[in-house]
Amino acid sequence: MALLEIQNVTRRFGDFTAVDNVSIGIEAAEFFTLLGPSGCGKTTLLRMIAGFDLPDGGSVLLNGEDLAGRPPEQRPVRTVFQSYALFPHMTVEGNVAFPLQMAKTPAAEIPGKIAAALEDVRLQGFGKRYPHELSGGQKQRVAIGRALVTHPQVLLLDEPLAALDAKLREEMQLELINLQKEVGITFVYVTHDQTEALALSHRIAVMNRGHVEQLDEPSRIYSFPRTRFVADFIGQCNLFSGPVLANAARLVTVDVGGLGPVRVAAESTISPGRPGTIALRPEKIRIQATAPADPADNHYRGTVADLLYMGDVTVYKVATPGGTRVEALLANSQSSRAKLFELGDAVEVSWPVDAGHFIEE
Amino acid sequence: MAAQRATRLEKWLVVGPPLLYLLVFFAVPSLIMVLASFRTPGEFGGLAPLVEEGRLDLNLDSYARFFSESIYAEIFLKSMWYALLTTLFCLALAYPLAALVARSQKRYRDLLLLLVILPFWSNFLIRVYAWMIILGPNAALAKAVNGVLAWFGHEPVPLLFSSFAVLVCLVYVHLPFMVLPLYANLEKHDQALLDAAQDLGANAWQRFWRITFPLSLPGVYAGAALVFIPALGIFAIPDILGGPEDSLIGNVIKQQFLETRDWPFGSVLSIVLTVAALALAGLAAWIGRGNLGTPSSAKEARA
Repeated sequence: MALLEIQNVTRRFGDFTAVDNVSIGIEAAEFFTLLGPSGCGKTTLLRMIAGFDLPDGGSVLLNGEDLAGRPPEQRPVRTVFQSYALFPHMTVEGNVAFPLQMAKTPAAEIPGKIAAALEDVRLQGFGKRYPHELSGGQKQRVAIGRALVTHPQVLLLDEPLAALDAKLREEMQLELINLQKEVGITFVYVTHDQTEALALSHRIAVMNRGHVEQLDEPSRIYSFPRTRFVADFIGQCNLFSGPVLANAARLVTVDVGGLGPVRVAAESTISPGRPGTIALRPEKIRIQATAPADPADNHYRGTVADLLYMGDVTVYKVATPGGTRVEALLANSQSSRAKLFELGDAVEVSWPVDAGHFIEE
Repeated sequence: MAAQRATRLEKWLVVGPPLLYLLVFFAVPSLIMVLASFRTPGEFGGLAPLVEEGRLDLNLDSYARFFSESIYAEIFLKSMWYALLTTLFCLALAYPLAALVARSQKRYRDLLLLLVILPFWSNFLIRVYAWMIILGPNAALAKAVNGVLAWFGHEPVPLLFSSFAVLVCLVYVHLPFMVLPLYANLEKHDQALLDAAQDLGANAWQRFWRITFPLSLPGVYAGAALVFIPALGIFAIPDILGGPEDSLIGNVIKQQFLETRDWPFGSVLSIVLTVAALALAGLAAWIGRGNLGTPSSAKEARA
């Protein structure tokens, strides 16, 4: 049995079902992420684990014990709030000491534990400062140190990096990964930022409208999205939909409007005539001025209708004569040239049949 | 240059009238009072002539009297005691009230605040006289209290013209001055701080004493100053509702000016009262100076 078991949990607000019969098992020492757009129910689920909200149905079990009836202050679970929620009238030390005092830790042990927690979050020497004397990143560390000082079994993090700027966020991501490894505490992380989720997590549950759409490792979520929603939400993705024309020899052919038949390698039992979608990442598409060597690949002619130069890579939107747009991403790795194609260039896009991923609908 | 002069003129036009008002109606009378405190009372009240037989008549007689007759220091201490009790009772009553208003839904808040300040719509003296009726010997309250006392074999007690009546009315009159600053403070508190405290293991009692109360101290100090200082100088309430033993410093000052007609001594008492009030306000500011971050600083971090 997993450390934290969420079993058939449902939460309704009036007519709105925020969390709809969700079951998830989170293992000890796992970095687990609940990922989804705002309103998908991820924060509600987190609040139910913390005890700030109660499920209308189902249960939350920790170590096999049902947490129902235990208020937040009696759960061995700590939360890092999005706003950090540091106590403004207490110093950093005072903030970190607070949970120890609440837990009736002997006074003699408190200074040592504070020092250890501040070391964990690399804030030695900041103990006497007040929150308003700290930067955003430092506040974030205090909030994490304060939550970890009593060694909870589970740490819940509610979009903790949302208020930081991009550079600092990346730095904090690395630190979070290392910290989690070091302390070995289960992290349940809530975010709407898919790159953050992919970078940090051991496993991700992608949520949408109160459901878990897919629960998997980051690389599998990215490469093999189970639903159209997951493919669309995680990263950039070309989604080609249409009726299935043929399904034979592990090769599905979909009739995509504006593009024609597109072939994709798939283990599927889908019968012709049913609708299907091919998810295709932009970086898996080749874009060339001449026709590809391998005729077994999917290949289409078009013109560069739009491009986004991003420094290391350029995103090309190629319009086919049928009106479909194919998004391709190309690294600007060739020496002596800033980018490979210009607006209006006639190009050929192509990809092997195993580059795409087939989604049944 | 011209533009600069114009903005300076504008500034004086804005600041000038209130400054002039304070100068004419506060600073000048205060100076007159200070001067009067060094003069000799006139034979039939008022002040004796400043220059008599060619010499300036200024002396410290009234100050000497204040410090030699202990009765005045006693009345001063009693007034402070009453003002302190009023402040504490107001705080105890106003805190839950302010918290209730601050936590109620937005659409009820204005209504509840209106109810708090509603008494201001009627005249102060009328409200004080109303207590004469409420506490009068034939009113239901006195009958009920004395009925219970009689049941325990106790002599009936008068409610009116007593320290009890004075204190009840002092608290009643000053309550809104405590509620409003407390509400203004509590309303800004960030719920996330209480959630965090609870998440970190604090029960309701601990959340109040470790988070809400310390963060509300600026409101407590403001309310205490707004209640304590006027309560210290009040004379109408002891006059109307108090017994002979309930004379406070405000009554003595009024007496000196209107009945005994000893203006210099009345001035001395007024000056001591002002100095005491200022000293207490300074003390409160000094106690409250500490590093009290604003309760909304967590919200700022989010922005």
